[in-house]
Amino acid sequence: MSASHNVSDSSVHTAMIDARGLVKKYDDFTAVDGIDFTVTRGESFGLLGPNGAGKSTTMRMIACTSQRTAGTLEILGRDTDHHGPWIRAHLGVVPQQDNLDRELTVRENLYIYGRYFGLPRSYINDKIDELLDFAQLEDKRDAKVDSLSGGMKRRLTIARALINEPEILMLDEPTTGLDPQARHVLWDRLFRLKERGVTLIITTHYMDEAEQLCDRLVVMDKGKFMAEGSPAGLIAQYSSKEVVEVRFGSDRNQEIADQIADLGDRVEVLPDRILLYTSEGEAALERIIDRGLRPMTSLVRRSSLEDVFLRLTGRSLVD
Amino acid sequence: MATVDTGATPATRAWQGASRLVQPARIARSGAWYVAEYRLRNLSKWWGAIVAFGLGNPVLYLASIGLGVGALVNRNGPNALPDGVAYLTFLAPALLATAAIQGTQDEVTFPLMHGLKWERVFYAMQSTAITPTQIAQGVMITAVIRSVFTAGIYWLVLWVVGGFTSANAILAMPAAIVAGVSFACLMLALTVRFIDSQMFLSSIGRFVLTPMFMFSGTFFPLESMPLAVRWLGWISPLWHATDLGRVLTYGKAVPGWLVLTHIAYLLLLGAVTFAIGSRMLTKKMTG
Repeated sequence: MSASHNVSDSSVHTAMIDARGLVKKYDDFTAVDGIDFTVTRGESFGLLGPNGAGKSTTMRMIACTSQRTAGTLEILGRDTDHHGPWIRAHLGVVPQQDNLDRELTVRENLYIYGRYFGLPRSYINDKIDELLDFAQLEDKRDAKVDSLSGGMKRRLTIARALINEPEILMLDEPTTGLDPQARHVLWDRLFRLKERGVTLIITTHYMDEAEQLCDRLVVMDKGKFMAEGSPAGLIAQYSSKEVVEVRFGSDRNQEIADQIADLGDRVEVLPDRILLYTSEGEAALERIIDRGLRPMTSLVRRSSLEDVFLRLTGRSLVD
Repeated sequence: MATVDTGATPATRAWQGASRLVQPARIARSGAWYVAEYRLRNLSKWWGAIVAFGLGNPVLYLASIGLGVGALVNRNGPNALPDGVAYLTFLAPALLATAAIQGTQDEVTFPLMHGLKWERVFYAMQSTAITPTQIAQGVMITAVIRSVFTAGIYWLVLWVVGGFTSANAILAMPAAIVAGVSFACLMLALTVRFIDSQMFLSSIGRFVLTPMFMFSGTFFPLESMPLAVRWLGWISPLWHATDLGRVLTYGKAVPGWLVLTHIAYLLLLGAVTFAIGSRMLTKKMTG
């Protein structure tokens, strides 16, 4: 083993993850189709895309639980095909589906997971207190996992992924299926980790989540990267400052869109509404009304990543 | 390290990092034992049922088959069975082998369903440095421990009721354990292969365990069956274990080559099916 591969040397790599021409095929289906990206230490990197875009497959390849078909993939300077267990020893993984042991207690779930990393019992017992505090589950220490709410299970899964103090924490759709309050609690916890310098890799199909948590993100669709940048940068590049949403009824939207297209930079017709992209939303809405058009509802808002995705793919993120 | 709550928030406490905390080489060495530690912890939640089943099963079998069928067989005089032994003596090694096989079968099939399908806990293990091969080894270590426990209780009950007549009877316990683990390896491969089939769990009972129980010389000598169905016993690990057990518990006269065949068959079946099952598990979990 070369000196650069010593365990303690992993901290010198600035590129935590480096992927070149990464491909994953299942028989005839190409799930990931030649993507390139680099993630540096302390960065919070997001993969944004609809279901089936290839986000989870990319995550599984990074977590060394799925072998790539082509390309190169290095985590902490090591090839994922040859150093899977070594790399995984340095990762924290929060899967899309919780895979906690429901027959064990909250504490026991953390404990056994720590043992899988070969951590000493005394370390684990101390760490459990800290993680329960972090996940706000101190009261549930001896409760069976079965009795926890969805948000609590998710927090426990995240706490569990931190037991080895990972260099990289991977979160596959961390808040899907949670209520708004539970999502905000989770975002707060993840933000603290980010402050601590943990590298975060997050997949999501929620724009607000990506905007809250990611320094940089890629928009992914059909196994390919459509665009890459910071949330604000992507919005500036692919959308206008503001958006006017007007509804005229599903049978009239297309006809009205043609009449107002000249009032903005771009117009998109969705089944239930028209989106008019413009730098001055209020002014554009006034001019729509001045033309004698009476929308059933209207809304002026700031552009979001949803608009970026729509622009790039012609489709909505959440079906 | 003392367990003292410093009151520090997680954000301010020193973060050592996985590079300092985790020793991948240690996990490569001991991963299978960590998996076994988890399985034993999970099993400990069911210890009452395991003890009750371990004790209840032999008592029920002895009371029904041993007393009921035994009374009929013994009524035909000392030569009712080919070896001229009492029915209990004939039955005891078969029940011991059956118990060991059933115990390990449970200890492989259900954990695999739980780990790969029901709660997917094996995928949680796999997201640490543990490998699928270590998961298979860990499940098997636990199966051995469970088998020692089940066969141990069974052996004691049989010994108390006078089921053994040979001084070698103690060796029937390790023989039953080897049979149990060998069968568990076969079940590992079968479970991984058919785990996505809705019919798998019920089919195992109907098409594997029950026929094996019926055609392995458990309740009557295999030699009394027509040749056309006797092969079912020859391929059955239970027959090999039972016949070997009879040699040990009452000194059944069996040629030396056959004793070696019994041992070799059980060891080979276990080694080959474990290698296949473990490879299939890796393929399934890393596809």
